[in-house]
Amino acid sequence: MANALNDLTITEARRLLVERKISAVELTKACLARIAATEPRLNAFITVCEKEAALQAEDADRCLSAGDAPPLCGIPIALKDILTVRGVRATCGSRILENFVPPYDATVVARLRSAGAVFLGKTNLDEFAMGSSTENSGFGPTLNPYDLRRVPGGSSGGSAAAVAADQCLAALGTDTGGSIRQPAAFCGVVGLKPTYSRVSRYGVVAYASSLDQVGPLAKSAADAALLLAAIAGADPRDATCSARPVPDYTAGLAGEIAGVRLGVPREYFGEGIDPEVRARVEAAIKALTAMGAKPVEVSLPHTRYAIAAYYLIATAEASANLARYDGVRYGVRAGADNHLDLYRRSRSRGFGAEVKRRIMLGTFALSAGYYDAYYLKAQKARTLIRRDFLDAFERCDLIAAAVSPTTAFGLGEKTSDPLTMYLSDVFTIAVNLGGLPALALPCGYDGRGLPVGLQLIGPAFSEELLLRAGHAYERCGFSRRRPAAL
Amino acid sequence: MARLEIDSALVERVARLARLELTEAEADRLKTELAEIVDYVGQLDELDTSTVSPTTQVSESGTPMREDEAQPDPAGAEILAGAPEREGRFFKVPRIVE
Repeated sequence: MANALNDLTITEARRLLVERKISAVELTKACLARIAATEPRLNAFITVCEKEAALQAEDADRCLSAGDAPPLCGIPIALKDILTVRGVRATCGSRILENFVPPYDATVVARLRSAGAVFLGKTNLDEFAMGSSTENSGFGPTLNPYDLRRVPGGSSGGSAAAVAADQCLAALGTDTGGSIRQPAAFCGVVGLKPTYSRVSRYGVVAYASSLDQVGPLAKSAADAALLLAAIAGADPRDATCSARPVPDYTAGLAGEIAGVRLGVPREYFGEGIDPEVRARVEAAIKALTAMGAKPVEVSLPHTRYAIAAYYLIATAEASANLARYDGVRYGVRAGADNHLDLYRRSRSRGFGAEVKRRIMLGTFALSAGYYDAYYLKAQKARTLIRRDFLDAFERCDLIAAAVSPTTAFGLGEKTSDPLTMYLSDVFTIAVNLGGLPALALPCGYDGRGLPVGLQLIGPAFSEELLLRAGHAYERCGFSRRRPAAL
Repeated sequence: MARLEIDSALVERVARLARLELTEAEADRLKTELAEIVDYVGQLDELDTSTVSPTTQVSESGTPMREDEAQPDPAGAEILAGAPEREGRFFKVPRIVE
């Protein structure tokens, strides 16, 4: 059980709120106090919405007292600053948008709003979600709550650190190549990347549209289930969004995992994985096996091509998506007396180094003379990578692996070499290329006390089974250690 | 495929397409970094994809159709308020036509 109100899980807080043992205002105040006390060091937030949050909490208390409380009524949540909230600055971690105030709510934000959630603020990220450490933010890096000399992972590093540090009860992030799961693993929290199309992308500032997906970062699988249920489902404003009905994920937690065939891909346990990470993940697989899951060896033979395919496809899509930053309708504008200079100067002033690098790489991959050899080749490789998963899921129900080959790395350790940073995404990226759901779960700590993440990958639309397995794993005795560094 | 040399002319051409104005130092650095990344992604050449079709999207919904109906947007003024330069109801741009 938690010590302070902000330490609570959503599930615990919900019960106390409904029984009127605590108020939403008290709960929100506890989070805001924790934010005020820890932010100077952590830098998890770009914008804190104290006034708006207090008003939302008062509204929530009125609903709770009237006995008419929607599922997340009064629950304080943090939002990655790539999701739009009407009237609240949305920077995407970029100086090009430092004064951009969106005139509309993202669909996920509107849904959380109608579910009664309280928005504490907007969390830090790598600029336009491009990065694996949150060091690419135009607003300074977020630090890892377990060791302030290390990164929280990225790109949803602010959301992961905020949940780990109990600044909020849960958060939303986005995952294009691992951006929910890897920071969740580095910060020892639960992170779910839903199936592509499960959650609307309307109001999610686009990075790579065929890969981007919104999902929860939370303190338990049960909390992730509550959040996913609130945000998932068809949206007329996102044509790619699936019309499949949204299951009751919370009810689904109760089932058994006995007999679930757990695929262990040999390509994910070979060279390059830290021995301590490997040991913790293997122990987690044993624990699931002890509960009745059946391990089976599987192979994903094209795994080694995933990073190459991803960094061509994602950057190509990014180069098109980021063409909208032209200094005309929003964002930074540099002085110029013709339109070409206006575009060039505004973009060059507003974008950071990694964003420019990815725009350059993507533009190259799409340009005449190189399109077939790079972009088209990557899309074909994507087909092979996707097929690997379809083949593997003939033999198993879920796949188990590490989230990341290492625990959190040091600040500045990989910033001088972009390719080394890209290679750290080796275990998360193929999932996005396949459009699959995957759950990151804390599964232990290395010798330095840094969290290790277990990744469970499922077939499309298997979130119910993923969350059930995650919930079962949590019940078998693993408990989250609160970060001591703060 | 023959190993591709990323030279300054290619970096300049791509920057022009991408509407980026790079300083000399930025262009030099990108030349080295892009060369390294392009070299790495070149490993895709090992794959025989002669009979493989490309994946452009993984969503199962295809392209849903709907009526093309105009909907009033109440946030018109808010949208315009975000523009760095505007005049009346318009976004302001430099002169394009002489």
